This record gives sequence, C-alpha cells and structure tokens, in this order.
Amino acid sequence: MKQKRTKNEYVEWTQKIAPKTHKLKNIILAFIVGGIICTIGQVILSLLLKTGMLKEDAASLTTLLMIFLGAFLTGINVYDNIGRIGGAGAAIPVTGFANSIVSPAMEYKKEGYVMGVGAKMFLIAGPVLVYGIVASIAAGILYYIFTINI
Amino acid sequence: MGTRLGKQTLRLDSHPVIQAWASIAGAKEGNGPMGRYFDEVVQDEYFGEKSFEKAESKFIRETFAKILMKGNVSAGDIQYIFSGDLLNQCIAASYGIRETEIPFFGLYGACSTMAESLILGSLMVEGGFAERTVCITSSHFCSAEKQFRFPLEFGSQRPPTAQWTVTGAGGVLVGNSGNGPKIVHVTTGKIVDMGITDANDMGSAMAPAACDTITMHFTEAGLAHNYYDMVVTGDLGTHGKNICKQLLEENGILIQDILDDCGTMIYDTTVQKTDCGGSGCACSAVILTGYLLEKLSKKDLNKVLLVCTGALHSPSAIQQGESIPAIAHAVGIEMIP
Repeated sequence: MKQKRTKNEYVEWTQKIAPKTHKLKNIILAFIVGGIICTIGQVILSLLLKTGMLKEDAASLTTLLMIFLGAFLTGINVYDNIGRIGGAGAAIPVTGFANSIVSPAMEYKKEGYVMGVGAKMFLIAGPVLVYGIVASIAAGILYYIFTINI
Repeated sequence: MGTRLGKQTLRLDSHPVIQAWASIAGAKEGNGPMGRYFDEVVQDEYFGEKSFEKAESKFIRETFAKILMKGNVSAGDIQYIFSGDLLNQCIAASYGIRETEIPFFGLYGACSTMAESLILGSLMVEGGFAERTVCITSSHFCSAEKQFRFPLEFGSQRPPTAQWTVTGAGGVLVGNSGNGPKIVHVTTGKIVDMGITDANDMGSAMAPAACDTITMHFTEAGLAHNYYDMVVTGDLGTHGKNICKQLLEENGILIQDILDDCGTMIYDTTVQKTDCGGSGCACSAVILTGYLLEKLSKKDLNKVLLVCTGALHSPSAIQQGESIPAIAHAVGIEMIP
C-alpha cells in the first residue's frame, strides 16, 4: 500500500484536523486557580503579619505553609484534580512545586526508600532545581563581577 | 494446514475455535457503556495487592483462571500461553502466569498484543502443534501512567488528543474443535511510521498502520468490502478513527459504515473525560472478550474483523527525538456452522 502523503504532509494534516485545546478557557481557568492559590498565600501572610511577626519571617513561613498545603493536597489525592483544571495556574505557584516532588515520592514508595523515594523524588522537579541553581550561580557571578568593578 | 494468500495474510483452513473467553475490567470501564458485558468489574485499582504492577499481574492471573473455568479445562490441557502487556519486560504477563507451569511465549506488541497473541495462538493450533492455547493480555491505567507519563498524583493537564489506558485483562482459549467463533483469516501487520513524534497523539501515529493492515487484509484475502458485519480497530480513539476512515476511503476500501474502534466504544468520552477514548492492550482485549465474542456467539454478529493497533515507542525513544512506529494486526473471526 502506498501512502498518498509524505510524512511531513501527514503530520501537518493530522494536526490540522486534531481536536483543539481550548486556549481561552485554559487561560481563564489558570488565572482563576492561580489567583485563588495566591490569595490564600496573601491571607496567610497578612494574618502572620498581624501577629506582629517580622516581614521576612512571615514571608518564609507563608512559603512553608503553602508548600505544606500543596504536599497535603497531593497526599489526599486532590492536587492532581486542581492541576487538571488549573494547568499552569496550579503548576507555577510553590504548591505546584510541592506537588511535583510529593507525587513521584508517593508513587515510587513501593520501590523502597533509597532507590524508590530517594532516587525518584526529583523526577519532575529535578530540571527546575538543576537549572534554577545553575541560573542563580550565573547570576551570582555576574553580580560579583559588576559590583567589584563599581 | 493453512494457506498463504499474500505477503501478510493467511487463511486458516482448519478454523481454530475460540472455545472460551473471559474479561475483567476496572471501575471506570465498568461504569462505561460496555460495563455490563464484562465478566467481572474490579472496583479497587490495587485489586487487593500492594502495587499497580502486582494488581495488573493479578488481572492476568484471575482472567486466566476464569478462562479455564469457562472452558471447562485444566491448566494441563493447555499447551502454550501467548501473553504480553505494556510494562517493562512484560512483567504483568510473566508474573501473572508464573505458577501455571505451561510453556509460555511473552509478547510485546504494545496495544496490538491481543491480536498478535491471537494470531500466534491460532497458528499453533492450525499447525497441529497444540490442541489448546491461551492468548491473554492486560493493561492498567495507573501502571501505564507511571511508566509512560507522569506519577498519578502529579497535577498535569491532558491534551485533547490524549487517550485513557484501559484497566483490565482479556483472554481467550483457542482450540482445534468446538462450536464457538472461528478464526478464519489472519493478517500480520508491518511497521508503519508516518513521522508522528507526539506521544500524546497515538491516534495519528497508529491510524496509517491500521489502514495499511485493513487494506492488505481485504486485498490479499480477496474479500468484498461488505464481507464483515463489523471491522473493529483497537485503540485509535476518535481522532485516529477519523483519520483511519479517511485513509481507507482514499485507498478505495469502503467500510466506513461498519468501521468502529474499541477505544471509542469503551468509554463515554465526554462524561468520563477520557478525551479521545481508551487505549492500552486491555482496550481491544476486553471489548473482544466482553462484547464482540458474546455478540458472535449469540449470532448478533456473524463476521468480525478485529484490528488491534499498537504504538511501538518508548519514553526513551521519544526523548531521543524518534518518531512513533506503529503496527496493526488483523484477525477475521466468523461464526461458521
């Protein structure tokens, strides 16, 4: 049997007739879900500041609490549903980062604490950490060079 | 002995018989439109085991036990088992049947494994090397997600071309006598790769393979386009089925009215949120052993062509920039008095 299309023509054609992502709907949902998560963070921060806590300490504690919230919601099988609806709105806040670490840890627990949880925990978050650290080192070096010259 | 009709198609003149069949499906499949046809629906995704992989092995083990029971045979009456699944090193199959002490062929045909095992099992019977063989396959949504995509609890979005791996197992007992549905023609697929690199778009990757095998089947067996009551592809999903329909029309194979797809039959795609439909080895396996063979044995259908489709990629190959090779195997099953 001969194909009537070249590979490129075929790929183009299938993409053209494929069911499309609802971009506007996804953007709006990401905005709402991300907004809700950030509002929760802001409420926590404001409450902490009200107790008379220093701003820096309150900010750190808020991040910690949000990480706990993300990890907790992952643990009780809720965050994957938030992620399915919210997309980037659920992935980019620190709760999403917690989800990306806790979900593989849960999944690979059955393969032991060393080669399972330990080795696979950063399956998804690994690249974020690697390139985040590389970027911060680069930024640090640049900062050092420019501040010395001044 | 069988007759070679062409490059890919054989006619099995002794008509190996599908003597018994069994299907076990997961909860989501049980809630779908095909739910009432399965022998058993398991609500617990762990099936009482400690991991998804062990659960999938249990699906195979329990299905095998059901086949023996329904066929009224013991393990000693089976000469060969042909089995495979989606997991690395096909562990669902090998762990599932390790206690049976029956000669075993482990197969990997991705989601085409049901037809692949059925072809090999029936050829073994046709050749007179076995009185009875068992062909069985499984897949599990959770173990497949873990192996091919992300951890289960990771909050990622599914693209609209994605499909949902069917949880379950289906298997058949093929023998050289009896009154059940008979295997008359088999067409072994060849690998077709049209350059699709998106692992979330299996329908597009597999549709050309399905079209190729169906075209070869009708051409080499010399069958009229209205010969079958139903031509059922494995797991093309709604998107892949549309492509396949169009490709077949371009090839001059006019079976649009009788063409269906197990992936589109198994779920209510809008209500169950499965995007393009079902996939996985168990998709065609449970539709064959739950629905199609039941309809054949009740003579609601007389002739069915099952075309199981498989995408033969791996996450490593995709990450290395490779495209997705696909395959489709066809088995013509008929009720012959």
